[in-house]
Amino acid sequence: MNYPESYRYTKEHEWVSLDGDTATVGITFHAQKELGDIVYVDLPKTGTDVEKGKSFGSVESVKAVSDIYAPVSGEVVEVNEELSNTPEKLNEDPHGAAWLIKVKVDGPGDFNNLLSVSDYQKYVGAES
Amino acid sequence: MLAACGVRSAEELFSQIPAEAVLDRPLNLAPGISEYEIVDYFRSLSDKTAAGYACFLGAGVYNHYRPVLVDTVVSRGEFLTSYTPYQSEISQGTLVTIFEFQTMLCQLTGMDVANASMYDASTAAPEAAMMAVRVTGRSKILVAKSVHPEYRAVQRTYAKNQGLPIEEFGYDAESGEIDMADLESKIDKQTACVMIQSPNFFGVIENVRKAAEVAHAHGALLVFIFAEAASLGILEPPRDADIVAGELQSFAISPSYGGPYAGVIAAKEKFVRQLPGRLVGQTTDSAGNRAFCLTLATREQHIRREKATSNICTNQALIALMATVFMEIYGKRGLRELATQNLSKAHYLGSKLKRRFTGNYFNEFVAVTNGISAGEINRQLLSKKIVGGLPLARHYPELGDAVLLCATEMNKRADMDKVAEAFGV
Repeated sequence: MNYPESYRYTKEHEWVSLDGDTATVGITFHAQKELGDIVYVDLPKTGTDVEKGKSFGSVESVKAVSDIYAPVSGEVVEVNEELSNTPEKLNEDPHGAAWLIKVKVDGPGDFNNLLSVSDYQKYVGAES
Repeated sequence: MLAACGVRSAEELFSQIPAEAVLDRPLNLAPGISEYEIVDYFRSLSDKTAAGYACFLGAGVYNHYRPVLVDTVVSRGEFLTSYTPYQSEISQGTLVTIFEFQTMLCQLTGMDVANASMYDASTAAPEAAMMAVRVTGRSKILVAKSVHPEYRAVQRTYAKNQGLPIEEFGYDAESGEIDMADLESKIDKQTACVMIQSPNFFGVIENVRKAAEVAHAHGALLVFIFAEAASLGILEPPRDADIVAGELQSFAISPSYGGPYAGVIAAKEKFVRQLPGRLVGQTTDSAGNRAFCLTLATREQHIRREKATSNICTNQALIALMATVFMEIYGKRGLRELATQNLSKAHYLGSKLKRRFTGNYFNEFVAVTNGISAGEINRQLLSKKIVGGLPLARHYPELGDAVLLCATEMNKRADMDKVAEAFGV
């Protein structure tokens, strides 16, 4: 699988891309593969605050429910509403169309401290 | 046995019991009296003091006929001793009855999905409110003062521990319906739901559509509570509500001094992920046959742990089955006939008394007394083997000496005339 070079990753299998002060958050290819068929995504409302390391929602597959942890802190400025009707998109395009939330962050500090693509791939390799 | 328990005497074994609650003399029984004679003594005593009473008490627990078939079905070993139907392969019988329960409750309430039951309405109501909190992301609960006082008391306990603010809004002093102006003045952007009951605690039928309009205009949900399920046989289903929570005691569940009963929560399909409790779904098995299984279990505690929609994991399967069998015996037409009988009887009694409120009513209404106290009326009635209504002052001091009376299919005209007489009419 192609993990985008410009993204940063977490050990909880979320990815982040940064555009100015807007961070887009999703779950990785590896995460969706481990979960299996995703049937429901529970996301916060626009305007709520998420805190780095704290759970902000959950994804539900046919076999489990998993928390999603915020890789960065900030205010949720956009939520991918399409996922409420088509959660299966998380299996099809986890690094693209199936992003979860966009967060307005206070500088790139959080982002820069996350795993690089090579570190994440090494981590996933070690975990599996 | 005392040695095994690590105590020296029977007195020590029961030392936890407060002294004033302990009988300090032998039972007052003639020597050598047999078990049969004792049972016979109490039976004849109960014939004198407990049997053959007419009842006009409602207020959340209703005196309805229980078809004999109900106990015949629920006492079958397959139902009586069965465990939670986790394993579909060996639980199709239980699952079918729960699916039928859910289906009939949807038909009666006009909702899309109903759960497999709750403990009773007093616990279903706060669960419905918390569901509205999860759906809307808001925290304030607006409850009508005409919702059953005991449901509101349980609601306060839940809300206090969840940190949810509750506010009550009043009723119209003339009609007994909810006070729309008071509701309008208290609803705001923090309101998760507006909770009303219909028929309300005074027996008055609410305008559900209007209440829903007000709630929806402010982005809140309407939670509809029913305490008297028999009313659903004739009243318009509360389709305009978002969540319905109710009590099924009226459906062949014996009053039994207050429980156990069965409640239910039903809702619009879009809220199903936030619905608490067990849910049975219909599917097909590997051979393509129609089959049933527990579904959407990821809402539940055994999978989602602390993030579950509720602590309620199991359901009142056996008690709910009483309601299921009842609904199946009566059917759509039977329920309508039952409701019509209740309506006619209560309106006969209501026409003979002075009613406190002008709003429409089903089988229950508030009567005002006529110079005689509510307590005295009830004492007089009791001497005629009639259990009177509920004096309302305990819950609603502002209503003074008013009495909540109920008449069902079980009440005879002669007894209703005696009630009217006792009220001095």
